Amino acid sequence: MASFDLFYEIINNPGRYAINWKKETGNKVIGYFCSYAPEEIITAAGALPYRILAGSGSISKADAHLQAYSCSLVRGALEDALNGRLDFLDGTVFPHTCDSIQRLSDIWRMNAGFKFHADVMVPVKLNTASAGDYMTSILDKFKKELEKLTGIEIAREKLKEAISIYNSIKKNLSRLYAIRRDAPDVIKSSDIHAIFKAAMVMDRRRLLEELERLIADLGENDRAPDTADKRIVLSGGLCSMPDIYKTIEKSGGVVVWDDFCTGSRYFEGEINTKVEPLRSIADRYMERVVCPAKHKSLFSRGEYLVNAVKENRADGVIFFLLKFCDPHAFDYPYMKEMLEKENIPSVLFEIEDQLPSEGQINTRCEAFMEML
Amino acid sequence: MSDPNKAIDPEVERRKIKSVKRMKEIMTEYYIEAKTPKEQTGKKIAWITSGGPVEPLIVMDVIPVYPENYGAMIGASKMGTDLCEKAESMGYASDLCSYARADIASATVNGGPIGGLPEPDMLICCNNICGTVLKWYEVQARYFNVPLFILDTPVCHTEYSAEIKQYVEKQVTEYIEFLEGVCGKKFDYDKMVEVGELSVRGQELWQEVLDTTMNRPSPMTCFDAFFHLALIVTLRGTQPVVDYYEMLLAEMKQRIKDGISMVTDEKYRLLWDNLPIWYRTRWLSDKFAAHGACLVADTYTSGWCSSLKYMDKTDFLGSLAEGYTRIFLNTGTDQMADNILEMAKKYNADGLVIHSNRSCKPYSLGQYDIQKIVQEKMHIPTLVIEADMIDERIFAESQIETRIDAFIEMLE
Repeated sequence: MASFDLFYEIINNPGRYAINWKKETGNKVIGYFCSYAPEEIITAAGALPYRILAGSGSISKADAHLQAYSCSLVRGALEDALNGRLDFLDGTVFPHTCDSIQRLSDIWRMNAGFKFHADVMVPVKLNTASAGDYMTSILDKFKKELEKLTGIEIAREKLKEAISIYNSIKKNLSRLYAIRRDAPDVIKSSDIHAIFKAAMVMDRRRLLEELERLIADLGENDRAPDTADKRIVLSGGLCSMPDIYKTIEKSGGVVVWDDFCTGSRYFEGEINTKVEPLRSIADRYMERVVCPAKHKSLFSRGEYLVNAVKENRADGVIFFLLKFCDPHAFDYPYMKEMLEKENIPSVLFEIEDQLPSEGQINTRCEAFMEML
Repeated sequence: MSDPNKAIDPEVERRKIKSVKRMKEIMTEYYIEAKTPKEQTGKKIAWITSGGPVEPLIVMDVIPVYPENYGAMIGASKMGTDLCEKAESMGYASDLCSYARADIASATVNGGPIGGLPEPDMLICCNNICGTVLKWYEVQARYFNVPLFILDTPVCHTEYSAEIKQYVEKQVTEYIEFLEGVCGKKFDYDKMVEVGELSVRGQELWQEVLDTTMNRPSPMTCFDAFFHLALIVTLRGTQPVVDYYEMLLAEMKQRIKDGISMVTDEKYRLLWDNLPIWYRTRWLSDKFAAHGACLVADTYTSGWCSSLKYMDKTDFLGSLAEGYTRIFLNTGTDQMADNILEMAKKYNADGLVIHSNRSCKPYSLGQYDIQKIVQEKMHIPTLVIEADMIDERIFAESQIETRIDAFIEMLE
């Protein structure tokens, strides 16, 4: 029987996990935002990459710095930093993505009081050779900044080793998605959600071991055939609300794929180990499906979504729009239209700090499943 | 129409800026040419972001059109809310930039004061002002099915790094190659030298016009600057801009000589931060003027000369990358605060009015920190107005009025 206890234990108090890790290893913990943070380099420096997600409490201190029209991720993260809930971090990495994160980086640098602060100025275009060269050069710059912080030179071999760990982690995460797609009752979406959340904060070597064990436990043979549940693809930024999976399941749906940066976008794209390490990390970002704050082509995200529906034999799409998330809000109309052209039904849920009231979302979810 | 029976107040007439007439003529001519069928002008049309490098377009004889300038016109004509609502019915969230919403909607219905902008042959998007323009221009590139060039200018949070420099410089070359491809002709580097000189000259003159407000009393206010700004935005790099600002500068100097101020009995000198509230400029202007408060300068209109120090008049193309990457909005919040501190000193400001503009996150997020810095370092009162540049639904008049009154009391 596969157990997910460890992952739940970590996500219930990821800060405590990081503090213990620090005590045990004596190494540094680096907070990061979003999937454009080059975790491989942080790991190669012997540090722990710790993904900062939405805050864990109500907002008070952050209100003195951020207007009410900033998204809950940005406000929640700042609140945690100002409240001392992230004091175990030795520093933070801000990859450039959207306007809100851009200014959060400044406000953070000016107020949060961490000694290390890196802006990794990821290009916005991810479809030109010069952007690829630039991306490689800023990864090198970031590597040097980390070396200065840790006092340790990040040797090429260390980078290659970290890359291979991440490739294996991501392969295993993608296998979890494949298992769920082929046999949704073998692993629940809420469990996958817990694993991903833990994966972004825990020791990556340990993570790899745990994932390998888990996948072995899940087994290849004891899979039940498809259920009658409606197969759903989720689309949006990130989802830090595990309850949504239960709601979907209760309404007779089952999640088979997503395009979240805490989901498929996190594990997709293997880093080519035959290329120079920094270049190969950059190449993966250039090839992977983009965050809507980045540009690859005019239709890339819509095409990805339509394919995700087809490949995973899905019946419909639920869009999650985090309130005040501009990049996603701009993409929603055209992506919805592309789905319509393929006769794929979709529904939009807007999320503020929390999901809409349970009753409301249950009703809408049920109505959508019935329509399917 | 003005009422012929209404007596002309000579005092009001005396205070009016006379160059306004010429400015309106130039803008009308500009939009008439842009809207003339392309078969007649033989010119291509590019839509370009307000912070984008327009000069190479001028060199290629392409007519630049600015959706953001049109957004301002839409706002000033109080047509913003309708168009924003139209965009919302198309599926765009009401929290998105109101310029973007208005433009996206306007394109589909030929809306706004001049019945829509002429259709583009290409789109030029420079993200030095925000990430929103990328998404906005993607929407328009899909709608019009025309080529999109993105000039990616990474944010200089704390530095203009060697990596950024190399990347943007490479893209300047790519920009020219893109234009050569779309226009089907070679780029004229000699003409670039001329256009570059005119651009820098225009920016210098605009800064000089803005600097006349250092005089006490000030010959104009930032509300005037919001109006006269249109030329440096839309026709930068052309002779009419230089000629016009020379004329405007001469008028301002004459006003100073003649002791003509814009605000009667100027008592307080204030700074404005962020975009105008286009549908309420008159209301705000009157409101402040009634208290003898003159908004002498603003961070917005001076934004178009904020990187003059990085521009090399003798090598415009060579300095284009740095000049366009280091505009003040593309720097860190602390640097933006420094900019305001410098302006407060330069213009002898007694207070700071901050427009927290729901539409513009890179401009607005960080303003609370800037406010604190200004209070600590300058010990001057500050006021935050929560509003939006063209979506009138966000404007809470009575609340804002109360806050302005309280702010004026603090100045006294």
